[in-house]
Amino acid sequence: METLIYYLSFPFVQYALVVGVLVALCASLLGVSLVLKRYSFIGDGLSHVAFGAMAIATVMDIAEDLVVVMPVTVLAAVALLRLGQNAKIKGDSAIAMISVSSMAIGYLLLSIFSKSTNVSGDVCSTLFGSTSFLTLTVTDVVVCVVMSVAVLAIMAYYYHRIFAITFDENFAGANGVNVGLGNFVIATVTAVVIVLAMKLVGTLLISALIIFPALSAMRLFKNYKSVLSASALIAVSCALIGILMSILFSVPTGAMIVVTNAAVFLLFSVVGKLRGTD
Amino acid sequence: MAQIVCENLSLGYEGKIVTGGVNFEVNKGDYLCIVGENGTGKSTLMKALLRLKMPESGTITLGEGLTQKEIGYLPQQTPMQRDFPASVREIVMTGFLGSMGFRPFYSREEKAKAAKIMKKLGISELSGACYRDLSGGQQQRVLLARALCATEKMLLLDEPVAGLDPKVTAELYTLIRRLNREEKITIIMISHDMEMALEDASHVLHLSNEPLFFGKKEDYLKQDFRFQRREGE
Repeated sequence: METLIYYLSFPFVQYALVVGVLVALCASLLGVSLVLKRYSFIGDGLSHVAFGAMAIATVMDIAEDLVVVMPVTVLAAVALLRLGQNAKIKGDSAIAMISVSSMAIGYLLLSIFSKSTNVSGDVCSTLFGSTSFLTLTVTDVVVCVVMSVAVLAIMAYYYHRIFAITFDENFAGANGVNVGLGNFVIATVTAVVIVLAMKLVGTLLISALIIFPALSAMRLFKNYKSVLSASALIAVSCALIGILMSILFSVPTGAMIVVTNAAVFLLFSVVGKLRGTD
Repeated sequence: MAQIVCENLSLGYEGKIVTGGVNFEVNKGDYLCIVGENGTGKSTLMKALLRLKMPESGTITLGEGLTQKEIGYLPQQTPMQRDFPASVREIVMTGFLGSMGFRPFYSREEKAKAAKIMKKLGISELSGACYRDLSGGQQQRVLLARALCATEKMLLLDEPVAGLDPKVTAELYTLIRRLNREEKITIIMISHDMEMALEDASHVLHLSNEPLFFGKKEDYLKQDFRFQRREGE
């Protein structure tokens, strides 16, 4: 306990906690919609795209990689959600296709052009969440806070519409709700959250932040509002516990958060089964 | 002027036309039944009426002050909805979203109106219940309540009794008939179940590769289309 309080007095630990909690919160709220729309894999796919974009930014020596990564990921998100609706290639295969391609291109670019002496180390930390998560700068934190607040505000404003579109796109459309705009909002917000979450848990583990809290909440709760609230609560607690444990035991932060989420999911599933709500 | 006038509609998907030359009109208080085999464009016609999909050619004109948003829709259920965590009230309320403009949350009047509609359809006591725990008939009532939040003029129903048992089917038909007769809500219904549906309908549109019939039910019953079709096969 004393070690914990000692650690908490460091600004970099405080930064990590603020960023971690906010990102987890945004991801979990969005996750409810994505899971229900059967788009769980979109988080995974987009994070791979973001990885590719990051590789390009690194190779081109762009210091603020967000400038490249954010627009590319947003575009990919919009394209994927569109593809999911009509095209000949079904949504899931489209996602798989785009994500492995960007992964491969990203890794190729990095290994050919990178000036770093430790390419595999760099790649590994991008994939599984960097240790640099504990070396966030003040700018990183400010950017993250601003983005998260924007995401939360948009989600609050579109709360009922996102619910309507998720539950029944046809009815919402016939009723005059702008379904195209709603889906665009969901896609954009997904992309933003994923880029933010990349630093926290790394490319490969992002989907966990998006789907686990929502799935856990759905084991126990039966209406949209409580699923959303529970999902947010679970995400925040898991992020806090995960980050603190990772500091205490010096283990990777991203992996620790995901393992905590998985444990909560198991617990909720068992409780759900016992109570018969599952 | 009728509420809906369709002239020379061609219906199809992916550029392939399945039915052409569809002409019909719907007046206030009508109960139109759209019948026909699978793949003759019934659901496509409905999507066109709702502007979810453009017809391949032809025009759909709304009249008598009916606006696009005032066409309430009862879609077929999707498999996804069967395990969706949502309460009955949450679903019913979404019927108002189309008329809310930029306002993000529901008003007190809308909440009161939703409660009134749920009472009318006999689902008041279910308002806090989870949609996926309801029976098929109850789920259809919930979706009907949602459509009634969106409109007081016209309902489009896409095979509303699919998968329901005979007793619940009869109850739902009674409910729809009541809305039509007592509240003068225009009904357009796609149905497979000819016998039952024709009992209540005032007009019939029979689609095949070409529109076989449009007109009053009495005239439709005089010509036995089901018999003709069997002969043609």
